Amino acid sequence: MPSTIRVRAMASGTQTDVQALIQHPMDSGFVKDSNGVLIPPRHIETVTFEHDGKPVLIADWGPAVSKDPYIKFAFKGGAKGDTLTVTWIDNQGKTDSLEAKIA
Amino acid sequence: MHPTSAPMSNATRRETLRILALLGMAGIAGTARAASAPGWPDDAFHQKTMPDAVNALYGKPFEASDKVTLDVPEIAENGAVVPVNVGTTLPNVTTISILVPENPFTLAASYKLPDGTLPAIGCRLKMAKTSDVVAIVESDGKLFAATKNVKVTLGGCGG
Repeated sequence: MPSTIRVRAMASGTQTDVQALIQHPMDSGFVKDSNGVLIPPRHIETVTFEHDGKPVLIADWGPAVSKDPYIKFAFKGGAKGDTLTVTWIDNQGKTDSLEAKIA
Repeated sequence: MHPTSAPMSNATRRETLRILALLGMAGIAGTARAASAPGWPDDAFHQKTMPDAVNALYGKPFEASDKVTLDVPEIAENGAVVPVNVGTTLPNVTTISILVPENPFTLAASYKLPDGTLPAIGCRLKMAKTSDVVAIVESDGKLFAATKNVKVTLGGCGG
């Protein structure tokens, strides 16, 4: 199964720029389906970004983050070829992780 | 129940049912807790007002600051995807949080920034209707905020 995570990390000078897209419904729990039945909340709670095993960003999300979330940030350091690990866990305990190389 | 089995007294049956019910509830509560990511501020994400959410998350007041930049569209045609960018020139930033007071739950996202992470975050949020968007930056342990209003022409919560 293809990963739910797409990440692009680019080292530029003294910092690394990171953009990530995660495939996730981010159901808020307030929306009804076509039969008028409330869709239960299902959203990512935490996304962790780690550079060579050290966290560089911890994102705590509520159901107000858009479907298929996008996030952009940057951290100091990081070199081409370093490993960036992205891990998410949602409120139903589902999880996915991806290791990417910094370009 | 099999007709030949010893009849259970009503008191015993009530007791058994009560215990089963308690076990059932404990089971549900246990599952809910287990499903929550460790460190995820459950309480803060369920607050319905700005003061309650800030209090649950930080437990201290914030002040407005022009050193916090909040980049949001003035008008969002689609409330399901509202781009939000927060940045600051303040030093030693440890957290950045984004709140939407008119949403069912006020707190939308909260970011922890370890040492070395630049204090600038971009993401996309859902907005139920026209609302202020508040970005709170924690710098040197103090809270600074920027607020901007976003007009939503089509709500993002299926309403």
